[in-house]
Amino acid sequence: MEHGLLISIIYAFISLSVATIWGLLLGGIMMKVVARAHGRFGPPFWQPIIDIIKNNARRTSISHGIMYFLGPVFRIAGGMGTFLFIPFIYGSMVFGNFSFAGDLFLVMYFIFFGQLGMALGAGESGHPYSAIGVARGLSQMTAFELPFALSIISIVIQYGTLNITSIVAAQQGGILHWTLFTNPLATIAALIALQGMNMHNPFSIVIAPQEIPIGPPTEYHSNFLGLLQTNRGLFNIAKLALFMNLYFGGATNLFSMLIKTFGIYMITVIVGASFPRFRTEQSIRFFLGVPTVIGILAVLVTGYF
Amino acid sequence: MENKDKMKLANDGLPEHEKPLFCDARPQTYKPLGKYVEKFLNWARANSLWILGYGTGCGAIELRPLMTARFDMFRWGLAPRPTPRQAGVFVIGGYMSVKTLKRVIRSYEQMQGPKFVIALGSCTINGGMYWDSYNTINRLDHYLPVDIYITGCMPRPEALIAGFNKLKAMIKAQQTDGQNEYARNFDWYKANQKKIVKDWNMPDYNW
Repeated sequence: MEHGLLISIIYAFISLSVATIWGLLLGGIMMKVVARAHGRFGPPFWQPIIDIIKNNARRTSISHGIMYFLGPVFRIAGGMGTFLFIPFIYGSMVFGNFSFAGDLFLVMYFIFFGQLGMALGAGESGHPYSAIGVARGLSQMTAFELPFALSIISIVIQYGTLNITSIVAAQQGGILHWTLFTNPLATIAALIALQGMNMHNPFSIVIAPQEIPIGPPTEYHSNFLGLLQTNRGLFNIAKLALFMNLYFGGATNLFSMLIKTFGIYMITVIVGASFPRFRTEQSIRFFLGVPTVIGILAVLVTGYF
Repeated sequence: MENKDKMKLANDGLPEHEKPLFCDARPQTYKPLGKYVEKFLNWARANSLWILGYGTGCGAIELRPLMTARFDMFRWGLAPRPTPRQAGVFVIGGYMSVKTLKRVIRSYEQMQGPKFVIALGSCTINGGMYWDSYNTINRLDHYLPVDIYITGCMPRPEALIAGFNKLKAMIKAQQTDGQNEYARNFDWYKANQKKIVKDWNMPDYNW
């Protein structure tokens, strides 16, 4: 895939736009499914896109300082950074994104990076609920990073590479080559960590509407909030694409990408519609318990057998 | 220079050492963008109404059923929002006492424009059954620009939904301009508000 810088930028832009729109629509579908589980009709599935247009169309916005301003920028930079180093569609010119030898580490770092930027920005807004939400979010994130990192270590041992594209390449050639079947323990640990990452029930302790009205973005409004919502779609799809690549054999065409990301997201949706919310300490204890043990087992099994 | 100072707010209610901490700028009026752009944006605004429900009185009890499976307001793009910063529609739920008026003004001014106000119940129109109470205001639109009144004591959730749909039609037809109206008649609204709220210990404009 040898092409110039300009072409790379255009391809990255197309890839980012498609991913963002698909991520937002997935969020809308989730709202619809949850509404059906409640016995309601729910909003139309394109509602997140209207919300973003509306928020960007607000006439006034106020800033609380430089970090407040940079918070959403860091957040979306984290989302874009995560997404652009994950092959969205394996072997595709446009959706292949960027790839280099150690990009798995970079992606793991970027997942953390956006949250830290947001924590600084929300901290400067000075709202008490922001501070509580940030504290909850960071502590939960530290907890679910553990099974996730163990799972990553396990599959890195298994495939002997830190390059996501190589990991996808090693899974080609049939459904039984997927990590899901060759390393089920790592997959289970990572999928449980994914529920925490997606922050829906029962792990929705950061934006817990009935406890701390909306958590970190309490003071964010207008186009700041529009940026955060755009990132919610993009970051969501980036995580799903990462899991699709690492555990479900990646995608070789647009259709299989749509099906697989939808399927992985539906796990979160079904878990979210079925369970009530954990308290903060329950959530942290949960992640440090069974999922971590499964993660350690996954590392041991791939290391010694 | 003199003119510039005139434009600033006095913030008389605040103690001297707190004055520099608050903003003294007046609200400004905003012109709509180009015809077709504004039409598109109004469509988006009408289809994504985020509600700040303020339970000032008994009428707020009729807001809750809207979220339930029976009435399901999410179908129309309505959603509750816990913070005034993000909300676009202020729903005043019934009679307003002198004490809550102060909080309502604060919340309204913190909302980002364009913002709309829906007033529930007869109490917000003429005081309703509290018209001669020592502790409630009678007519809400002397204090805030109200876009839609929903009559009744109390209005049923169906009436509320009809009110929201009327508001959506008005937004699409660009017939509501509460934010600019508030900015244009700012002094009149402030004078009315200060006549009611005696212990005015907050800035004159709480953006």
